[in-house]
Amino acid sequence: MRNHPAGSEQGRKMIHSLFLINCSGDIFLEKHWKSVVSQSVCDYFFEAQEKAIDVENVPPVISTPHHYLISIYRDKIFFVSVIQTEVPPLFVIEFLHRVADTFQDYFGECSETAIKDNVVIVYELLEEMLDNGFPLATESNILKELIKPPTILRSVVNSITGSSNVGDTLPTGQLSNIPWRRAGVKYTNNEAYFDVIEEIDAIIDKSGSTVFAEIQGVIDSCIKLSGMPDLSLSFMNPRLLDDVSFHPCIRFKRWESERVLSFIPPDGNFRLISYRVSSQNLVAIPVYVKHMISFKENTSSGRFDVTIGPKQNMGKTVEGVVMTVHMPKAVLNMNLTATQGSYTFDPVTKVLTWDVGKITPQKLPNLKGIVNLQSGAPKPEENPSLNIQFKIQQLAISGLKVNRLDMYGEKYKPFKGVKYITKAGKFQVRT
Amino acid sequence: MTDSKYFTTTKKGEIFELKAELNSDKKEKKKEAVKKVIASMTVGKDVSALFPDVVNCMQTDNLELKKLVYLYLMNYAKSQPDMAIMAVNTFVKDCEDPNPLIRALAVRTMGCIRVDKITEYLCEPLRKCLKDEDPYVRKTAAVCVAKLHDINAQLVEDQGFLDTLKDLISDSNPMVVANAVAALSEIAESHPSSNLLDLNPQSINKLLTALNECTEWGQIFILDCLANYMPKDDREAQSICERVTPRLSHANSAVVLSAVKVLMKFMEMLSKDLDYYGTLLKKLAPPLVTLLSAEPELQYVALRNINLIVQKRPEILKHEMKVFFVKYNDPIYVKLEKLDIMIRLASQANIAQVLAELKEYATEVDVDFVRKAVRAIGRCAIKVEQSAERCVSTLLDLIQTKVNYVVQEAIVVIKDIFRKYPNKYESVIATLCENLDSLDEPEARAAMIWIVGEYAERIDNADELLESFLEGFHDESTQVQLQLLTAIVKLFLKKPTETQELVQQVLSLATQDSDNPDLRDRGYIYWRLLSTDPVAAKEVVLAEKPLISEETDLIEPTLLDELICYIGTLASVYHKPPSAFVEGVVHKSLPPRTVSSESVESPDTAPSGPAADQPSVIPTQGDLLGDLLNLDLGPPVSGPPMATVQMGAVDLLGGGLDILMGGGGSSGSFTPAPSTTAPTNVGAPLDSGLGDLFDLTGGVGTLSGSYVAPKTVWLPAMKAKGLEISGTFSRQVGSISMDLVLTNKALQVMSDFAIQFNRNSFGLAPAAPLQVHAPLAPNQSVEISLPLNTVGSVMKMDPLNNLQVAVKNNIDVFYFSTLYPLHILFVEDGKMERQMFLATWKDIPNENETQFQIKDCSLNADAVSSKLQGSNIFTIAKRNVEGQDMLYQSLKLTNGIWVLAELRIQPSNPSFTLSLKCRAPEVSQYIYQAYETILKN
Repeated sequence: MRNHPAGSEQGRKMIHSLFLINCSGDIFLEKHWKSVVSQSVCDYFFEAQEKAIDVENVPPVISTPHHYLISIYRDKIFFVSVIQTEVPPLFVIEFLHRVADTFQDYFGECSETAIKDNVVIVYELLEEMLDNGFPLATESNILKELIKPPTILRSVVNSITGSSNVGDTLPTGQLSNIPWRRAGVKYTNNEAYFDVIEEIDAIIDKSGSTVFAEIQGVIDSCIKLSGMPDLSLSFMNPRLLDDVSFHPCIRFKRWESERVLSFIPPDGNFRLISYRVSSQNLVAIPVYVKHMISFKENTSSGRFDVTIGPKQNMGKTVEGVVMTVHMPKAVLNMNLTATQGSYTFDPVTKVLTWDVGKITPQKLPNLKGIVNLQSGAPKPEENPSLNIQFKIQQLAISGLKVNRLDMYGEKYKPFKGVKYITKAGKFQVRT
Repeated sequence: MTDSKYFTTTKKGEIFELKAELNSDKKEKKKEAVKKVIASMTVGKDVSALFPDVVNCMQTDNLELKKLVYLYLMNYAKSQPDMAIMAVNTFVKDCEDPNPLIRALAVRTMGCIRVDKITEYLCEPLRKCLKDEDPYVRKTAAVCVAKLHDINAQLVEDQGFLDTLKDLISDSNPMVVANAVAALSEIAESHPSSNLLDLNPQSINKLLTALNECTEWGQIFILDCLANYMPKDDREAQSICERVTPRLSHANSAVVLSAVKVLMKFMEMLSKDLDYYGTLLKKLAPPLVTLLSAEPELQYVALRNINLIVQKRPEILKHEMKVFFVKYNDPIYVKLEKLDIMIRLASQANIAQVLAELKEYATEVDVDFVRKAVRAIGRCAIKVEQSAERCVSTLLDLIQTKVNYVVQEAIVVIKDIFRKYPNKYESVIATLCENLDSLDEPEARAAMIWIVGEYAERIDNADELLESFLEGFHDESTQVQLQLLTAIVKLFLKKPTETQELVQQVLSLATQDSDNPDLRDRGYIYWRLLSTDPVAAKEVVLAEKPLISEETDLIEPTLLDELICYIGTLASVYHKPPSAFVEGVVHKSLPPRTVSSESVESPDTAPSGPAADQPSVIPTQGDLLGDLLNLDLGPPVSGPPMATVQMGAVDLLGGGLDILMGGGGSSGSFTPAPSTTAPTNVGAPLDSGLGDLFDLTGGVGTLSGSYVAPKTVWLPAMKAKGLEISGTFSRQVGSISMDLVLTNKALQVMSDFAIQFNRNSFGLAPAAPLQVHAPLAPNQSVEISLPLNTVGSVMKMDPLNNLQVAVKNNIDVFYFSTLYPLHILFVEDGKMERQMFLATWKDIPNENETQFQIKDCSLNADAVSSKLQGSNIFTIAKRNVEGQDMLYQSLKLTNGIWVLAELRIQPSNPSFTLSLKCRAPEVSQYIYQAYETILKN
């Protein structure tokens, strides 16, 4: 590693510059928080990108003679930040994700088009989010007070009245001890909704036994309550939650002592907690897969036969089932018949996708047929892993249940609702 | 109505058009124009030509327009400094605006304009804003101080902004505190010597309170700042840990990792018997595992850090093996890191699972990953002895797949397995031999050849196999050539009758037809060995090899300890100390285990490092340095820069010694195979013979002891909180001592003295603890003679005779470094026999000879001789050549290095010429210094 010119001229900024780069390698936005760093610094990134072949495989930290490039890949965009000195990379990565989240939040999608369409707001946001390398306002509640999100109506109104989309009063949350909530929130309908979403990450081996399984759970909230509501959310079985990450609004002490989530919520959508359940006996695997995939050397062909069936899932239906398989390179084409749903095979990327839909235990969905291999090529050594997606409505597979929600500090009666859903996360079956 | 319209201006006259619009009377048109300018800026177009026109739009009530102009200013002010002055008035005015948002915006923007002329005008508004009634303005101003410091540090100091900033640490608003800490940390980073963040229990308490209330980013700054604090004892450490632990549940992974850093560091101070220690260990695992379910980029950084944590405290994650199992669609950089950690966590308890996984990975698509997986199987075999058999059979299964790179990788690791468990798995050799033809990578070929040579007696057609390689000898890489040479010699020694021709052939290929000096030298050595003494050849070439160590890629413990202090930083991603890539960084070190005075259970207050629980696979490196660093208390400002361990530095002295002992006149290496690291001890008998000779001649007339320099102050009182240390070194009748005077110039009594040396070039170490019998009262001095030995750990220092010392007392730990005169290392049996002297003098190559001038010395030859003899420099012969006296002298250092000297003295000339010859010429300069010192005193 080469030494850095860490003199005062270079300064000690955390994030020096940010480049947004699309998949075809065009830099379509750049922002410098200090002096301008030439675009040519991105050449090192392009070099790494070329080496990585797959966009997902570009290493997140790249060193160049004078800078470090720390990048994330989100929604087909690389967010490449230029760093000059020793910084916590996680800090930078977290911040970059926060930037992407903000774009998503403001423009409904985080895409090149959306960013280009709103370039001035993007610039205002970036300026508001970071000052001299110190994150300034990253809470969506505060940002929205400072810079109004674009709406069709507003831009029409603005162009008529000449008013701006920049707030000219200090966001109240900035300074209070609850920086995540804006003041003066008013709703005619007061509602608080919680979505308990659990994703099962699992690796199932050839024989069908579980190599690894855990549940990644989150509680996403949509809170539209007037004033300063103080909420307490309690669970029937809080003991399930022993590895939890909290939104800053949650009072940690209450949780420690009473296992109750007590908080003044941000306004709008936010993630209240995320948690992990890893103890094997709590992680039920809701589907099983029977598979027979084989290749024959001399005939340049192979067989493919996969059946998916439901396991114990507490009487709920497994739906939205999709199987994707990265077939080996030698596979030319696939001739399959599905008893249910439809399949596609992309001969370029070698990805087989089978959209199964709902599983009914009476008639198990099956996909089978012939695999055509490139003639003359050696038979593939590796058997592909099956990637399964599914959904189960009205079920948290860990068994987590919300007991009750209480509100203090405000007089009105809010609508309350809890929804449960279980999904496949990184759910892989080895064959 | 989107902003993309700003991009679609016609190329021609674009700037001109914008200029017109900027000067328009209509507000709305102006704003649109500024937006267009900003849009051009975002894609890297140069719109600096519009500077005056944009600045003209600055005076406006419209906040959005104002912000846009500010954005523009920040980008271009530097290139148009004179124009930027035009903006100053507006800035100053905005800093007085009744709206705090505008005040903050103005002070923030001004700080971003890096133009010297502007900074002067910035001071007054900044001073006001630092004391603003509105915390939003104060917190923005705090950051501005850091910005200003970056532009003009002197100005910031002169204006007293640093003190104001320090005051802000006690601000009532947590956000202000966090920003003040961040700003101070940034400033302190560029001024490592300044004592800006002078942390004490009170300020720590304030930080801990602010920690609970500030934003996530502020929490990171505060945690990173806390990590630099050194608690005074284990109680304080525990109480800080308790207050930091809740941060482990934060949703922001950077907060979590910074909290982990604080805990890992302060944990070092906690006694392992403490219940809390166990609780803390348990609390650390879940957040680390949770980091692995985040986005892949976060996972990568987390994994690099977990790799360190697992090495330092394997107990934290020992039950979490499964979370490191690889998913097929993980990015490759995550896969490779997970694999590394899996091997680190592999143990007898989980090896079956791990092996099953590794075998699975070995059939994946990505070649790099597959290779690493195969290698990992070999590492498991070496690490977990009980699994070796299973690993070998897994590797054999993989070889059966015939996938080329898998086979090659498997053969490389099987060679290592053979070296760890000799004579155990040779039954697989037949299978390996079947794959000979498919090997095309040098490493695999070399490994296979090594195996054939090593087990030649069990392979019927070993000669045929090796011969087949010989055909293309000159096309092979050096690695393979060397290996082939050694293997055939081994074969010859094992089966001399059938292979004579083969060995002749390879020796001639290596010595006559090769341009590679390494290869030639090795060829000649073998040739000579075989022709002169086949028995010796057998002993050398077929010597029993040392077993390879368990894990070869562990991070060296001292470095590991340092890296633990850098958890979460770039250093932790690269596994290199920041000093390796950022200049001017002071090393950090883990705190020692300090026990508060009340807990009597462990009365051991002497400095005790964490060495006990470290893996001991690298026994000779780092331990002592580790201990020394662990003495470090307080912010690392007063200590000398501690050299990081230079790998292989020991070679200088060790190597010199080897060559000396090896004798024989050849510069070749005797290592039988390149993979064998231990030097073969060929020269041992010769050496002991020499030793006997010297016993007869040495030690006569040396009772007086060598020259002792007067004491000098090594550690001034002002640098060591009142403790002054002066001293010197002496050698008397074969024993070295460090003569110290400790003076207490402080107002309090000093006690509990202890001393420790850093590893040094000659292994100097205290032979006894530092004994100060009574506490040292103020203004009192005590003289101590500390006996030293030379059996400590060795590390090459620069300068060679540099000695870094840590002294501890009840107040703190202090460091100083001193240079010791080399003559304290001259041993009493340093008189060489005449014949030997002559032979050795001739034998040492001329490039190892160094000449020095000793000026202004009026002694005659005999006086010189006797004076030097007192310091164990022995005159072996004296000749008079053309009126000059030539003294031939020898001396030996404690580590066995001989130095031969020729001293030319002209009666009329006060300048002597000293020629020194030594196998390790690095010492010559210091020998010369010793001559100077002895002769002139």
